[in-house]
Amino acid sequence: MKKLISIILIAIISASITACLSGCGNSTEGEVNVYNWGEYIANGEDGIMDVIDEFEKQTNIKVNYTTYETNEELYNMLKNSNVSYDVIIPSEYMISKLINENMLLELDYDNIPNYKYIMERFKKLDCDPESRYTVCYSWGVTAMVYDKTKVKSKPTSWDALWNKDLSGQILMFNNSRDAMAISMQLCNINPSNCTKDDIDKAAAKLSEQKPLLKKYVMDQVFTEMENSQAAIAPYYAGDIVTMMENNKNLDFAMPEDGANLFYDAMCIPKCSKNKENAEKFINFMQDPKIAAENFKYLYYATPNSETYDKYLDEDIKNNELIFPSDEYLDKCYVFTNVPDDVYSYMQEQFVKIQAD
Amino acid sequence: MKSRKPSIPYIIWMVIFTMIPIVMIGYTAFTDKNGNFSLVSFSKAFQYTDVFLKSLWIALLSTAICLFISYPFAYMITRMKASSQNTVIMLMMIPMWMNFLLRIYAWVTLLQNNGPIDMALSLLGINGTYIGNFSAVVLGMVYEYLPFMVLPIYTVMSKIDPGLIEAAQDLGSNNYSIFKNVLLPLSVPGIISGITMVFVPSASTFLVAQYLGGPNDIMIGDIIDKIFWTDQNTGSAISLILMILIFIFLIIMNLFGDEEAIA
Repeated sequence: MKKLISIILIAIISASITACLSGCGNSTEGEVNVYNWGEYIANGEDGIMDVIDEFEKQTNIKVNYTTYETNEELYNMLKNSNVSYDVIIPSEYMISKLINENMLLELDYDNIPNYKYIMERFKKLDCDPESRYTVCYSWGVTAMVYDKTKVKSKPTSWDALWNKDLSGQILMFNNSRDAMAISMQLCNINPSNCTKDDIDKAAAKLSEQKPLLKKYVMDQVFTEMENSQAAIAPYYAGDIVTMMENNKNLDFAMPEDGANLFYDAMCIPKCSKNKENAEKFINFMQDPKIAAENFKYLYYATPNSETYDKYLDEDIKNNELIFPSDEYLDKCYVFTNVPDDVYSYMQEQFVKIQAD
Repeated sequence: MKSRKPSIPYIIWMVIFTMIPIVMIGYTAFTDKNGNFSLVSFSKAFQYTDVFLKSLWIALLSTAICLFISYPFAYMITRMKASSQNTVIMLMMIPMWMNFLLRIYAWVTLLQNNGPIDMALSLLGINGTYIGNFSAVVLGMVYEYLPFMVLPIYTVMSKIDPGLIEAAQDLGSNNYSIFKNVLLPLSVPGIISGITMVFVPSASTFLVAQYLGGPNDIMIGDIIDKIFWTDQNTGSAISLILMILIFIFLIIMNLFGDEEAIA
């Protein structure tokens, strides 16, 4: 009897969950399927606005929000599975790839009036020179985060990551493109586009670095640096700000000869079935007030000039790490799409370094 | 034929989620990017022989340690009274309700520099690093898979009729020969399934080494994960080789098991 009751209970619980999942959001204004990076939108934590919730309230459009971890994952979903997304937020090199393969829809900028707030630098993006497909979402540079108790003088170049004095306390990107780019910069190769020869040189340099490393990391960099487990690591500016807030001994260092300038932009893929709603969503995300809320959560720089002028505190505006000077940005390089075989070769070489 | 009907859902499940994916992996492994027959992926896969060997070594070592810990432990549990047996098994299961990654994170916190273990040992004058090396990876594996070894051995052992042990005692066996001639042969099925359940997942696991190991501790599962980003063909080839290696291992295990059962 007990068993029967528990089976019935489980059935009721699961039925109500499914019913809720499928039936909760039958709104009249349709829906929009947003596919974004994980933890890349203000979600109501820390007293910051829940941006998606706000959008649903204002427009009555139901947002189906899903996330991905890498640009490649996004690409594979679009290419190989029969899904429909309305808004995606890929990075620059992936946007060029998607445009080349004719996988994006042209935007109707008349439906996105807030586009006028986008800073000039982020309007005619290298990956979309005529501004037909993209609205920039956020941007940033790569930099180094280091522990002041372990690194005596502020580093000025990526070669600090090859410093033998810090042996066993250095972390490195566990991501071929970013790791190779740093190595290429030190080999005087422009990382924005590269050949297999360049990759070989960069790989050799990375092999030299491996014995000095504590680890190859991505997300683990947060715990490593915040708990003072490592001395220095390269990472993305917005995340370095977060780490510095959690550990007062951390500071940032920017390589003098520039770093990688990356940005993610909102696009509408060909498989979209709700283009109008997608444009509404894109417009909403660039509403100066919303963009400001989103920025407070992300700490990745906003391309929205109105947000920058009106909603941000002075000390954030003057933070060289979040909003580097135009002078510095001119020294930075932007990734372009490398051919498939070259990218595959890069990944293979990077895995080999780790496997050796 | 009537008796087969209940297994139909399982057969459907197996065809969709086991058979078809394996065929797809096989197909991808033997073709190149354009879908033509090619063995390039395999020649690429063999570049990672060292990592293969290392992963199998880690898996074997973890399995051996698990067995060494679990066997006496499982026996100890069967000797307890029924209510305590349930409690002990329960205590062992509770950590498994938590996500696997969380448990590994817990070990990272425990082992890190100035973490609890490091602090305690440095009070005793022992200084060292306990994370980012081979032993930490093996420790993580043993922790992760220990219940999978204890449970099957315990299940088999608790079914051994105590009468058999008493009979052996009556016939003058000492403790050692009871263990050798009665307990061990009868618990072989549990040992075999324990070894299988620990070895197979630990040979192909990923993330554990990434969290607990250093830059040199990379396992074949991590390689497959990374290679799949850009090169599904090589990734499939590595997966296929790994499957074959594990399959061979299982065949050997089963042969060994049957012999023991006959003896």
